[in-house]
Parts: sequence; C-alpha cells; structure tokens
Amino acid sequence: MTHVPISVTVDGALYEAEVEPRSLLVHFLREDIGRVGTVVGCDTSNCGTCTVLLNGRSVKSCSVLAVQANGANVLTIQGLAEGDGNWHPVQQAFKECHGLQCGYCTPGMVMSAVDLLQENPSPSEEEIREGLEGCLCRCTGYHNIVKSVQFAAEMMGGK
Amino acid sequence: MTETMDVTGSAIGRPLRRKEDARLLHGQTNWTDNIQLAGTLHMAVLRSPMAHAKIAHIDVSPALERPHVVAAFSAKELGELNGAVPCVWPVTDDIQMPPFHALAVDKVRHVGDCVAVVIANTKYAAADALDAIDVDYEPLPAVIDMEAALKQGSVAVHDAADGSLGTNRCYDFPLKPTGDGSFEAAVKAAGDDAVVVKRRFINQRIIAGFMEPRAVVASPMGMSNEMTVWSATQIPHVLRVLLALVTGLPENTLRIVAPDVGGGFGGKLQLYREEVLAVQIARHLGRTVKWVETRSEDMVSSHHGRDQIQDIQIAATKDGKLIGMKVDLLANMGAYLQIITPGIPLLGMFMFPAIYKMDAYEFSCTGVFTNTTPTDAIRGAGRPEATYAIERIMDELAAELGMDPLKLREMNWIKNTEFPYTTVAGLAYDSGNYEAATERALELFGYDELRAEQEQRRASGDPVQLGLGISTFTEMCGLAPSRTLGALKYVAGGWEHCTIRALPTGKIELITGTSPHGQGHETAWSQIASSILGVPVDDIEVVHGDTGRAPYGMDTYGSRSLAVGGQAIKKAAERLVEKARIIAAHQLECSPDDLDFIQGEFRVKGDPAKAQPLAAVAFEAFTAHNLPDGVEPTLQAEATVDPNDFSYPHGTHLAAMEVDVETGKVKIRKYVAVDDCGVQVNPLIVEGQVHGGLVCGIAQALYEGVEYDSDGNLLTASLADYLIPSAADLPSFITDRTETPSTTNPLGTKGIGEAGAIASTPAIINGIVDALRPMGVTDVKMPATPENVWRAIQAAQGGAQ
Ligand code: FES
Ligand code: FES
Repeated sequence: MTHVPISVTVDGALYEAEVEPRSLLVHFLREDIGRVGTVVGCDTSNCGTCTVLLNGRSVKSCSVLAVQANGANVLTIQGLAEGDGNWHPVQQAFKECHGLQCGYCTPGMVMSAVDLLQENPSPSEEEIREGLEGCLCRCTGYHNIVKSVQFAAEMMGGK
Repeated sequence: MTETMDVTGSAIGRPLRRKEDARLLHGQTNWTDNIQLAGTLHMAVLRSPMAHAKIAHIDVSPALERPHVVAAFSAKELGELNGAVPCVWPVTDDIQMPPFHALAVDKVRHVGDCVAVVIANTKYAAADALDAIDVDYEPLPAVIDMEAALKQGSVAVHDAADGSLGTNRCYDFPLKPTGDGSFEAAVKAAGDDAVVVKRRFINQRIIAGFMEPRAVVASPMGMSNEMTVWSATQIPHVLRVLLALVTGLPENTLRIVAPDVGGGFGGKLQLYREEVLAVQIARHLGRTVKWVETRSEDMVSSHHGRDQIQDIQIAATKDGKLIGMKVDLLANMGAYLQIITPGIPLLGMFMFPAIYKMDAYEFSCTGVFTNTTPTDAIRGAGRPEATYAIERIMDELAAELGMDPLKLREMNWIKNTEFPYTTVAGLAYDSGNYEAATERALELFGYDELRAEQEQRRASGDPVQLGLGISTFTEMCGLAPSRTLGALKYVAGGWEHCTIRALPTGKIELITGTSPHGQGHETAWSQIASSILGVPVDDIEVVHGDTGRAPYGMDTYGSRSLAVGGQAIKKAAERLVEKARIIAAHQLECSPDDLDFIQGEFRVKGDPAKAQPLAAVAFEAFTAHNLPDGVEPTLQAEATVDPNDFSYPHGTHLAAMEVDVETGKVKIRKYVAVDDCGVQVNPLIVEGQVHGGLVCGIAQALYEGVEYDSDGNLLTASLADYLIPSAADLPSFITDRTETPSTTNPLGTKGIGEAGAIASTPAIINGIVDALRPMGVTDVKMPATPENVWRAIQAAQGGAQ
C-alpha cells in the first residue's frame, strides 16, 4: 500500500511520518510515535477511551484517519500536564474525587472533560452526564466521574 | 490537593487518595498492548462465522503467500501443541467434560470458535491474511435454547460427550434433603395454612465489559529457558500453574506478568485459548508472539455470564412466616466448559435462602450445553442470579399475602441477636445487622413519603407511576477455606500470601498474591501495613501481579482480595514486628518483653526515651554487624493464610422507579444503597466499588443482554449493539455504610467488590413491578427496556380483559 507523508504536532512535538491512507490517528499515536497513553477500547467508535483534542476539540482518535490530522495539533493525556508533579485541574479532580479505578477509560474521560469545561465552564450534573455520553466506564458507575468534573469546574473558577 | 497522608496513627479507615492515580492520570501506563518488544510477531485468529458446523476442509497455506506472514496454523498444523483448555471445577462425579482445544478440531460449536491463526510481522498483515485461509464448513443445525437442547433428539453440541446423562446435559446437581427437610413435606405439614408462590425467572446472559480488551504477549526471550507471558488477566498465579499443565512447559520456567489491567469483573478470571496459542507458538517459533483482541472478537470469545432459567417455589404461612424454598435451575454452559463454568450456579446454591430463616430448602441445577459462547464468572458469579430470584420472589410472596414487602422481609430475616446463624443452606453467617442497614436506608430514602406519593399517583391515574424496589441482600465472598473448596470439588485452594520486607533504607516492600485491576490494592494494602508497622503509607511499596516478583498467590476474584489477602498482610506485618523486636531488644539491651512497639518504634517500657525505630532495626539486620545469636540477617516475614470461613457482607438497597405506563420508559428516581462490609480500610475505595457494582447490576436490569438468533448468530456483536450504559443513562446514588465487623476475620473486614452488582438488579426490577402491579403485571423481562416493559403491560392488560 502506498504511504502518505504527514506532519502532526503531538503534545507539543512535531512528528513527520509516512502512513498508510487507512491508518487511524489512534494507531499513528500508539504504534508510529509511541504515545501509548491513549488507548483503544472498541472497533465501532462507541467507547471513547481513545479521545484526544484535535486542534483544541475532543475527537475519538479511532474515528479520524491519521492523514486527516496532517498539519494539526493533537493533545493527548500525556501532554495535558507534562513533567514531574504537574497536574491539570481535571487530573487533580479525578484523583481527589476517586474518578477512576482501573484507569483504562481515564485518558478519554479526562480529555472529554477538558473539552466539556472549555465549552461550558459551569455545567450542571445533567450537562456533564450528557457531555460524557461518548465515553464508557465499567468501573466507577460514573458517580465519581461526575463529581470529579464538578470539582474541576469549581477549581477552574467556573462556579 | 490531598496526597496520600503521612500518618502516625492507624491508617485503616481513612479515605486516602489513591497512590495508583498519578500514573494512570498522566497516561504513564503499561497495558499489555503497550508492550512492544523488538522482533515481535503478531497473531490474528480466524473465528467461526457459524454456530455449529463440520470443518470439512481447511487449508492455511494460502495465507503464507501473503506479505509479512511468517506462519499459519489450524489444529492440524498445531498438532501436539494444540493444548486442551482445562475446567478446574468438575462439580459432580459424572459430569460430562468434553475436550476443549485451543483450536477447534473437526467441528466448530459457537460463533467465534477459534479455527486457525496467522502469525505475521505486523498485526495488520496478520489480520489481512485471515481471509486467505481456505475453510469449507458443513453447516449443522445449532441449538441455542436450553430447554430445546435437553429434548431427546436435539442436535448434540458434543457427540464426544457420552450422553449418559441425556442430550446436551453437562451435569445434574441435586441437593435434596429427605424427610422433614424436603420442601414438599414442609408444605404438607403446614396444611391449609401454607401459601406457595411459584415463579419462573429468566436471568439473561451478559458480558463482563471490561474496557481494556484482552491481550497477551508471550516471549521466550527471558533468561535461559524462561518464557515470559504478559497478559491482561486477573489471575497471573493461577495462569502460571494452568499454562504449565496445558503446555507441558516446566512451571519454573514460566513467568506471568499482569501489568496494568483495565478491569476484569470476572471476565479475565480465565485461561483463554489465545493465551495457550500465543505461548505454544512463541515456543515453537522461538519468537515473541503478541495478540490483542478487537472488541468485536471480545463479544464472541470472552466468556459470557449469568444465563439461567430459574424455577422457584417459596412457601409461607398465611401470616407470612417462611416455610421453605425449592429451586430448579437450568444453567447455560455455552459450547465448552471454561475454568469454572459448571461451578458458577453452585455458588448461587448457597445464597438462595439469603438472609431468611426457613426450615426446608431444595436445590437442583442442570448444566446445559448450547451452541453459544461459553459462560463463566462475571461480577458476583452465581450470587447475583440467586439474589435476583429470592428478592424477586419475596416481593411476589408479599403481594400474594397482601403484606408490605419490607414487613415480610423483617419478619423472616435473621435478627442481629441471632448471630452466628447457620442457614438452611448450611452456611454459618458470622455477623450481620440487617435491622441497622435497613433503618439507615429507609431514612435516606424517605420510604413513607415515597409510598404516599405512589398512592397519590395511583389514585390520580398518573401516566407516570412510581414503584419502590427493595433488596435486602447478603452474599458470600472470599471463597475459602481450601478444605471447603476441596469438598465442593474445586481444584484450587482459597489461601492468600503476603511477604513484607523491611529494607535497609527504611522503605517497606509488601509483596501480595492478589492481583488488582482497578481495586486500589496499592493504596489499601499500604494502609493495612502502615497501621501495624507504623510506617508512613507513602513509604510502603506494594508489589503484585508478577510471578517473578510475587511468586505465591491466588489472585483477585470473588471479592477475596481484602477478605483473604488482608489477613495475610496483617499476619506478615505482625510477624515482621516480632522478628524486629528481638533485634531491637538486643540493640537496646533489654528483654524483648520489655519493649512496646508504638508508632513504628520499639520503646523500652518505663523509659520511652530509649527507642529504636523499625528502620534502624532493618539497617541493623542488613549490616548484620551486631545481631543476637541465632538471628539471621535481613528483615522479612511472610504469611500464607487459609481463612476459617467465607465472608458475608450484606446491605439494604432501595430503588424508586418511575414508569411511564404509556411508553414503557423507566427512570431511576432515587437509589439508596446502605452496605455493610464490616471494617472499611479505605471508605473512598469502598464507595467506588459500591458505585461500580451498582451500575453493573443496574445495567443487567435495564440495558444489557446478549442476544442470539435461532441459528446462533450473535445479534449483540459489538458495542454498537450491546448497550453498556453511559453516564447519561444513570443517576447519582445515595450511599452509606453500617459497620458490623466480621467476627471470623482478624481485620473485621468483609468483601465489597461484588455487593453492588448482587444487590441492585432485583431492587430495580422490584421497583418496576411494584409500579405496575395494580395493572396486573407480575414480572418484566430483563433488560427492562421500554419495549419489554410495554409488552409486560400489554400482556397483563390483555390477560385482564
Ligand atoms: S476506541 Fe472506542 S471509540 Fe475509539
Ligand atoms: S476506571 Fe476502569 S473503565 Fe473507567
């Protein structure tokens, strides 16, 4: 299969690569450039574990082709607050409110929550629940995830 | 922000924030799929598209022509390496245990059955080459329905099974007391005063739904003969033993690592065929072999759970005193027996009588083979099914007797003054306080107000009716002692191990045989050790999930980790203190008896200024310059604990359900869960376990169900068709705990991982049925989708006309 050259900024670093046209952004992240913090949970775009920010907005990176990200800026869970001891308020809130257990849904949940709060700095419980609808979690029952997002909103000055 | 706290007093009972989270929240994770060793080969599995067929012809060689393909195997090419996957719980002497090979031999028996594998340099090349494999299937009729499967003349899933028990009959497990203990005799003895209610409940099939798909990497690249296997598993230790038995590889050359594991819920309590294949092929080719399932593969090949037809009879006197219960189950095994498939319903056997006193109990279970994915443990494993049946039928009995369902329960449950209490199923419940949990739940729920509102809505003919669902449940967890498991023909033991090392730098290494995959053991185990050793929680490192570093263990399932593993931690920590005491006494020139061990240091009684911290003792044990005679250098202690009994958490869950009688749409208005898991090591983690369990049970009640068509095609074959609820489908919960310490567990703890899943399903359905009972509805098919609720209403209304 012919390969297509792309250049993408991921978590602040520029990557130039040749990818198959069918290659998904999530596979580019995980397999071509080793950003394995973003994970895959399904093959039907239903689970949301692969969510990243593409040019600032959340997308399921399994439903975007790598070539579509050409020239774009991608932010993953690994780039949200890089360096020892650095935490984004959403990450802090998830820890404080026990918003994760196994942590597999966490990259997607956190990135979705970041986008949600960007759009709506003081969401109601219902708006949080609707806003995270595309991300599945089997461990937490969502109760503490909702609390985490509420707490993050508070910390970020939304309330 | 709150970090884990540096404590001086007891760390037990504190809601410490988890140590695990920093890594997980920054994407610094080590899932099995992240492991990318140089030169890795990738495996892809060809799966049967048919539920039942003869493999008339198979040729894998065309796949070898495809780019990057290194090897391809069907059962034929695999030959001797095509290991038989074991079932370790032969529940009866005459159980039928048909062979179950890693790759299907001659026949396929469910959609998704493993037929062949391709090994290639990239995972895409492996997957792409699957369609080059040439297979001719001769379709055979499939049998999906359990009752049809048992009929004489039904197509047999296994002709190898001798059929001596009858067609597709895996086993018959009877528990039939004779004489006065029999259900019939008890009902007869009560004469005219006996009311018998009989129901058939369907506990539908569900999936485990862990978010991390299964994955395995097998690498023969370790030292000398070592084969290292990374697997997304709950049971690295059990896996090591079983893989050694299945592959013939010496156990001492196998190292199993469960790295970060993204949830299990029983679904990763398994020896899977793909694990056997990866190991065998890695060994055969001398190369690292990796396999990661797609979610669609998971739906057909990771074991399913539940799937019982339950015929239940319960008898009481007219004023509501329970007389007895009779349970007849059909349990769907699926096409093959996996690790503990046949035993799951038997875990339920003990739980049908639940918290209630009665004199007669009969149970029977027939395991049935069908052309479906094998079933096995999913969160609760047998106990949710039993709890569903008893809590549902208590409501039906209350309706029949014209009693308040809560009153009926109160009248029959074991009083808090009656513990220890041996139930009619033979379990000795050590402790419990059903009154306290119920009282607290009622308070949080506002039971009387909601009943009043229900009356009002009924009277006004509101299209949205309100129903109150009750579940006063208990469960058994911990799965021990080993002797009892042996008596039940379970092949493994129920013990747990812990080693604690005091290192010369003052740090503590706690090596546990439990294998967490979201439960927060690193934090909670540190809290237990900290409370005994007086060492800050952050100075304790918990090592787990790697048989190379934690050689002994029985892993994590059945809510056993704290209930059993916690005891091992306590004992090992106490032993460490006693060892250190001897060294400290030598250093302080006193008798060991003259030392107090307080806040992590040994202090001379009456002269507390003379003290030696544990860290100093550890350093002394390391240098060994001045140890007392007979004391060996290094400071470590271990304990392997086989508990005295199961553990019996309980609780009262109440659900207020709004049901739109015109559309069948239901909504959880309010859900209160008061659980009693004894002493809580970390209430924050306990609460998280309750939430997750609740949603697992609620999902079964309202959203999830595996569906096959009559040909055995899986209709719910992806997450687009199988509805795992999202945040938008669920409410927040009101939770609390009462604390009745276990009297058989030295820490006073009980399990909590499965409680929510066990309790919530009947609470939800009872609530829906309660809303609709005036319309003549006595049951609703799960999941209670708008369609199923609407149909139940229509059926009841039609019946009334
Ligand atoms: S991997 Fe499931 S939505 Fe992307
Ligand atoms: S924390 Fe495990 S899936 Fe969400």
